Amino acid sequence: MMAAGQADRTRSRRLRARALILAFLVPALALYAVFVLFPIVQAARFSLYKWNGLGALTDFIGFRNYVTAFNSPVFVTSVSNNLLVIVLSLSIQIPFSLSLAVLLNRRFRGRSVFRLLFFLPYVLSEAVTGIVFSLMLRPGSLVDSGLGAVGLGSLVQDWLGDGTMVMISLFVIISWKYFGFHMILLLAGLQGIPREIEEAALIDGADRRRVFRYITLPLLGPTLRVSVFLSIIGALQLFDLVWVMTAGGPLNASSTMATGMFKAGFVAHQMGYGSALAVVLFSFGLVVALLYQRFVLRRDTDGALTVYGG
Amino acid sequence: MVSMTGRLASAVAVLAIAVSACGGSAGSASPSAAAPSQAATAAAAATTAPSAASPAAAPVTITWWHITTGEPGKSDFQAIADAYTAAHPNVKIEITVLENEAFKTKLSTVDASSVPDLFQSWGGGTMAAQADAGLLQDITSAVASWKDTINPGALSIYQYKGVQYGIPWDMGMIGFWYNKDLFAKAGITAPPTTWDDYLADITKLKAANIVPLAIAGKDKWPSMHLWTYLVLRNGGGQALSQMIQSGNWNTDACTKAGAAVQALNALNPYQPGYKSATYNDEAAAVGNGKVAMELMGQWAPSVEKDQSANKTGLGDKLGWFAFPAVTGGAGAPTDGVGGGNGIAVGKNAPPEAIDFLKFFNNVENQTKLNKDNVGLSTTVGTESAIADANLQAVLAGRSQAKFMQLYLDQATSPAMGSAINDATVALFLGGSTPGTVCQAITTAAAGQ
Repeated sequence: MMAAGQADRTRSRRLRARALILAFLVPALALYAVFVLFPIVQAARFSLYKWNGLGALTDFIGFRNYVTAFNSPVFVTSVSNNLLVIVLSLSIQIPFSLSLAVLLNRRFRGRSVFRLLFFLPYVLSEAVTGIVFSLMLRPGSLVDSGLGAVGLGSLVQDWLGDGTMVMISLFVIISWKYFGFHMILLLAGLQGIPREIEEAALIDGADRRRVFRYITLPLLGPTLRVSVFLSIIGALQLFDLVWVMTAGGPLNASSTMATGMFKAGFVAHQMGYGSALAVVLFSFGLVVALLYQRFVLRRDTDGALTVYGG
Repeated sequence: MVSMTGRLASAVAVLAIAVSACGGSAGSASPSAAAPSQAATAAAAATTAPSAASPAAAPVTITWWHITTGEPGKSDFQAIADAYTAAHPNVKIEITVLENEAFKTKLSTVDASSVPDLFQSWGGGTMAAQADAGLLQDITSAVASWKDTINPGALSIYQYKGVQYGIPWDMGMIGFWYNKDLFAKAGITAPPTTWDDYLADITKLKAANIVPLAIAGKDKWPSMHLWTYLVLRNGGGQALSQMIQSGNWNTDACTKAGAAVQALNALNPYQPGYKSATYNDEAAAVGNGKVAMELMGQWAPSVEKDQSANKTGLGDKLGWFAFPAVTGGAGAPTDGVGGGNGIAVGKNAPPEAIDFLKFFNNVENQTKLNKDNVGLSTTVGTESAIADANLQAVLAGRSQAKFMQLYLDQATSPAMGSAINDATVALFLGGSTPGTVCQAITTAAAGQ
């Protein structure tokens, strides 16, 4: 009698907890389903049709849109451009942000002014950044005349019109826009490292370089890994800046997966093909995110997440 | 296509602003003053033309969507509708004025039962898609009695498979806009009339250290029009129509056009940064007097003015000449590439809607629109109302054209338009060959 009552009470408590979880989850899940899951499923469905966005889906063509994409030189250029931005971001942008963060972690006069200044570009929208830099990079505009004024006129290029130069120009602008964000992230990570550990190492006779290599860098690991993750995902989704500045040109030299997708869908009205590109882009992002979570971020989240009932 | 119509809209808006800025003095231009006289004419027309609605007819409502949001065009449209309903008390005209992009979005949601009776159209490929979707009414026989009052080239843009689906009221033609001072400085006394002369003039301009021609590598379509003209001049209108219909662009005219572009490229005639330039950059270069010419539609003067550093453009220094003839080419030197605005007739439109269309396009109403710079009217006999000498030149070019090709990126589906822009800009940027361009467009057409 008594045992049965206790079991009942436990069960009802568990039910109530479940109902509570459900009540909190449903609004978020509903929004997620309507605005994330449903569009993904729709895109996957559209990608199997030849469709101009008007009328009913009638022209089922299986995976032909995907075949077209993978055989298209423009798509191959797009993927390699995305990869190029990832590689350059990880090898140049993040180390640069890290060194700035270390510098600004020191105590000196005007430190917060510099922090603010370096973070400012991140606050601008990508469209505004794109327009401003387009104006500056026009032939004979600020950048060209600036280079000329300091005697570097021979370095002047057709910054956005040259097929090889355009990606370098875009990367510099992307870096300019995002280094401050990564710097702030890493700065926060640096400030989370207890002073005592570094001091102990210094007392033990380690020099500054060794302290950085064996104490600071490992302890900064979790932040660094998040920073790298955000950088990769951002590079994969690269769109606004490129679309505003070059629309993927000249001759598709700066095309990315996202600009290709937008162009197919909203310029050429090839909704089926555009959806196929969207699905490919989504899959890239998903695979990268899952692998990264599984192999890189795992040790950061291990034991840090609370599991209900666990 | 978005950019095309956006550009037209902005050109119209600029014109409208210019007109309203200097307006006010001309009392007769105000819609309220103009309306009664129009009503009187309409009444007179109704009595002399028994085919129009009979006096005791049942009440009829006409729905009309247009995108003339700027003044005085918007008031002019309302005044014309008011004049018509005053003469036909049984007819009610419900006007919905929409901004360009909003119109497109709203129109994409209608079906055969909800399509408005009259609505904005640019003809060509988009209209064809609407016809295929069963949204439009065959008005061929309904307008047969008065279609001769409309410019035939413009009229043909609103035909699809030999059926008339709409009526144009505005139509311009693309040509070269040039800086007279810079031409004089290079020792060019008269605009070129043949392609060879044109290339020779480019060389003269280069020799005088003047950048001859502005194009827009980022926006692609401005140079596409140049290539279209070369195909048209080499092959003629019939051959070009055949290429569009059959999808086979591997033709002599297409490769010859490509070769002509390469000959032009060899002279290095474009402005610095042309590979990444936008249309606005192009207009600014000409408007600031930095580049001698651009190939553009009738909106060029207002956009040049708007984009120029001093906001005045070239003024009197700006001239216009038609695309030069190609020696030995099959196309007539008068054939044109152009486009404009019209009104399409919805599936369920009553006969009164078509009668209103006739009234809308009569000489008096269209003269008013021309005077107000709302458009370049396609009604025969309204030409004298255009005051600007350059626009008169455009009109003369348009009226001489026996064949008028709608802008290729509007004449075809959006997918084809995009493919044509991509393929042709590659030629101008030096990343393609004539044969590759023709093959690329043919391949795109095969995928349709």
